[in-house]
Amino acid sequence: MPKLETVQQLEEYRRRLLTHPDAQALQILVCGGPGCLPMGSEEVAAAFRQELKERGPAVKVLLKESGCQGWCSKAVKVMIRPQEITYQQVTPQDVPEIVAETLIQGKILDRLCYRDPADQTAKAHKSEIPFYQGQQPLVLGKMDLIDPTSLDDYLAAGGYRALQQVLEQMSPEAVIQAVGRSGLRGRGGGGFPTGRKWRLCREASGEVKYLICNGDEGDPGAFMDRAVMEGNPHAVLEGMIIGGYAIGAHQSFIYVRHEYPLAVKRLSLAIDQARQCGLLGDNILGSGFAFEVKISKGAGAFVCGEETALIRSVEGDIGEPVPRPPYPAQHGLWGKPTVINNVETWANLPEIINRGADWFAAMGTEKSKGTKVFSLVGAVNHTGLVEVPMGTTLRQIVFDLGGGIRDGGEFKAVQTGGPSGGCIPKEYLDLPVDYDSLQSVGSIMGSGGMIVMDQSSCMVDVARYFMSFLHDESCGKCTPCREGTKQILEILTEITQGRGSEEHPALMEELCATMRSASLCGLGQSAVNPVLSTLKYFREEYEAHIQQKRCPALVCRSLLKYTIDPETCTGCLACVRECPAEAIRGEAGEPQELDQELCVKCGQCYEICKFKAVKVES
Amino acid sequence: MNSDYVNLTIDGQAVKSQSGLSLLLAAREHGIDIPTLCYHDDLKPEGHCRLCVVEIGEPGRTRLVNSCTYPAEPGLIVQTASEKVLQARRMVLELLLAEAPAAELIQKMAAEHGIYETRFKKADPQARCILCAQCVRTCREVVGVSAISMAFRTPKKIVATPFKEESEACIGCGSCVFICPTNVIPYTEKDGIRTVWGRHFELQPCKVCGNYIAPKAQLEHWAKITGDPVERFFVCRDCR
Repeated sequence: MPKLETVQQLEEYRRRLLTHPDAQALQILVCGGPGCLPMGSEEVAAAFRQELKERGPAVKVLLKESGCQGWCSKAVKVMIRPQEITYQQVTPQDVPEIVAETLIQGKILDRLCYRDPADQTAKAHKSEIPFYQGQQPLVLGKMDLIDPTSLDDYLAAGGYRALQQVLEQMSPEAVIQAVGRSGLRGRGGGGFPTGRKWRLCREASGEVKYLICNGDEGDPGAFMDRAVMEGNPHAVLEGMIIGGYAIGAHQSFIYVRHEYPLAVKRLSLAIDQARQCGLLGDNILGSGFAFEVKISKGAGAFVCGEETALIRSVEGDIGEPVPRPPYPAQHGLWGKPTVINNVETWANLPEIINRGADWFAAMGTEKSKGTKVFSLVGAVNHTGLVEVPMGTTLRQIVFDLGGGIRDGGEFKAVQTGGPSGGCIPKEYLDLPVDYDSLQSVGSIMGSGGMIVMDQSSCMVDVARYFMSFLHDESCGKCTPCREGTKQILEILTEITQGRGSEEHPALMEELCATMRSASLCGLGQSAVNPVLSTLKYFREEYEAHIQQKRCPALVCRSLLKYTIDPETCTGCLACVRECPAEAIRGEAGEPQELDQELCVKCGQCYEICKFKAVKVES
Repeated sequence: MNSDYVNLTIDGQAVKSQSGLSLLLAAREHGIDIPTLCYHDDLKPEGHCRLCVVEIGEPGRTRLVNSCTYPAEPGLIVQTASEKVLQARRMVLELLLAEAPAAELIQKMAAEHGIYETRFKKADPQARCILCAQCVRTCREVVGVSAISMAFRTPKKIVATPFKEESEACIGCGSCVFICPTNVIPYTEKDGIRTVWGRHFELQPCKVCGNYIAPKAQLEHWAKITGDPVERFFVCRDCR
């Protein structure tokens, strides 16, 4: 690709891409996102490649491997453009038929389509499918349109047009004003107004300023930023170049965890491509503005998503937070004014410039503008990435997009914001989701994790699980977080093992108050959310564990009792063979007996019994 | 008024303080004592222990910050012993009592705050380290060798030499031992050998009186930073 020396050359290059015959061609986009890749998307793509090769030039189809198409529970997904036909759960065996029927004859294959649960009619087109209908994809918008390894694809989809506009028509001040007016708030969790952060940094004294993209996504079950880095890396770069221009930074870093090797690879490729064609480096598009991006790989500590810890890590030091003030905008990387925003924030910027701050600000709620990407996982029918306007209710997300609770179960709670978010009960399903509303019910927006739980989750066990994660990930620098997470985990473990005492809930609440108010960074301050929210909304479950030594959800192993119903037991001995503790005895063909003294409550007999003769109670 | 000074309120008292001075020192200048554990006058404050927290802000919109790092700002309202502060301080001490049951300093400070027993599960009854990092910071900022560092995260966090092996950077000066508020770092001296962090250091006797001066490694370090020949340091201060 040629070196583009002016904005006009870029515009001319894009025009040529759009008038090229390929631009109108039939396209197959095989989803290569984090959900589809492990389900065999590469094999599906290879099968298409082979099939198209065998068919020869008579079939004119462009094959692409796209970024995440969102609906991960339907992996592997295939999108056929321009009709926007979406096929799901595609295997290599389906490929010849798709080529023969859909690509050549234009027929829809009903068996690969989403089926309306009400009347079983096949819904082939993206616009007909409820999972996509409530969405407003800004950040995810180009993901099922482009090949993330192709700069041409990004350019043809309007990529770098915002940068053109910024360099040609806007002063740095005008960019900051536009970002401020858009109401964009940091998508990494803190929700700090992005425009204000940029202004602080721009106005901070000093010639050298830095810009950082925080790609240290570490929440269990969350993969929004990963999907964007892997699926649309140039959008992140474009946002960063615009940001650098606005604050006066010429060097930037993308901090991305080592566990995201594909993100690292795609970002590295995008940086090389942008540099080669003059979108990075000195004198970008003849504007005189110089900007560089480097990748800084993290070793996977959750706390490094905290901005001061992240800065220490980029500097090569131990990733521990430092007290603020001074704030990074004034005294950040190597002591220089630094703006840190997360992947999703950067990826929002091109759209804000392209469509205008007012358009962006018209979406959302009073204090939270635009859209938010959520990683919808857990006990819902449709899991995956969703992007909805701020203010969409939890009910819409869980039931309309997520298709309700799987296996006909009952909604119990949704945890938003990653491990340090709170568990929100069904009373608040109609809560319009934004930064402030989530906080008002004891949770957080975080970076957009959303874990849905049904009646099979024990809320005490859930709190214990998240606390064990946070305890493991606490850096240990400050006392309240280091010792607080340790002691809360200790107490929750006692409760789930039937050794809880009447004093424990109040003691945890007291300890949580100090962790929240006196911890050094957001990790310790928010670590209390899963505990306090479950204590508040699911108190009766704690009481059952503590007072009656009972786990109502039948999860906490120590509190379970397994028995064999002599009426139902056929004496097949399957459980006897499975039992690791030799606790089940009896003659073949006769009802078996389970020795409670020996039972280790592993539940294997319960799983193996075909006759439902093993009962579990608490 | 000199612009380098700011007016603020500490515990209801209007005070004038150097701009940017930490709230801890600003309070001390006015006779208000705030307890500390990880703070040391010779080290850069880092806010580890959270014992020195104070409450700042207008009533109804307050928050806790650590006074050792938070700078004096114009008009700031500071409370060093509000109920919220005392609650946090007592909880921190109670947690430390469980983390380091054998640390006498913690027992004493806890008792001063009315805490004699902890409700939390105690670690090893002999444990004394409170991870205040004074040793690490002294080694880095004062001695300048960074032989020890914090290692691992919360569940296993310790102060250690790299890979827990004998540190080549260590000069055996013992500053870490000296600074430690809970006397937890093992250190012995016997027959001209000092042992610290698992490494044995040969002590240099004074060429005049024969008393041991310091580990040879330490004198070599001095020679390196001063550019003087190491022999220059082979006479003790008393005999010089």
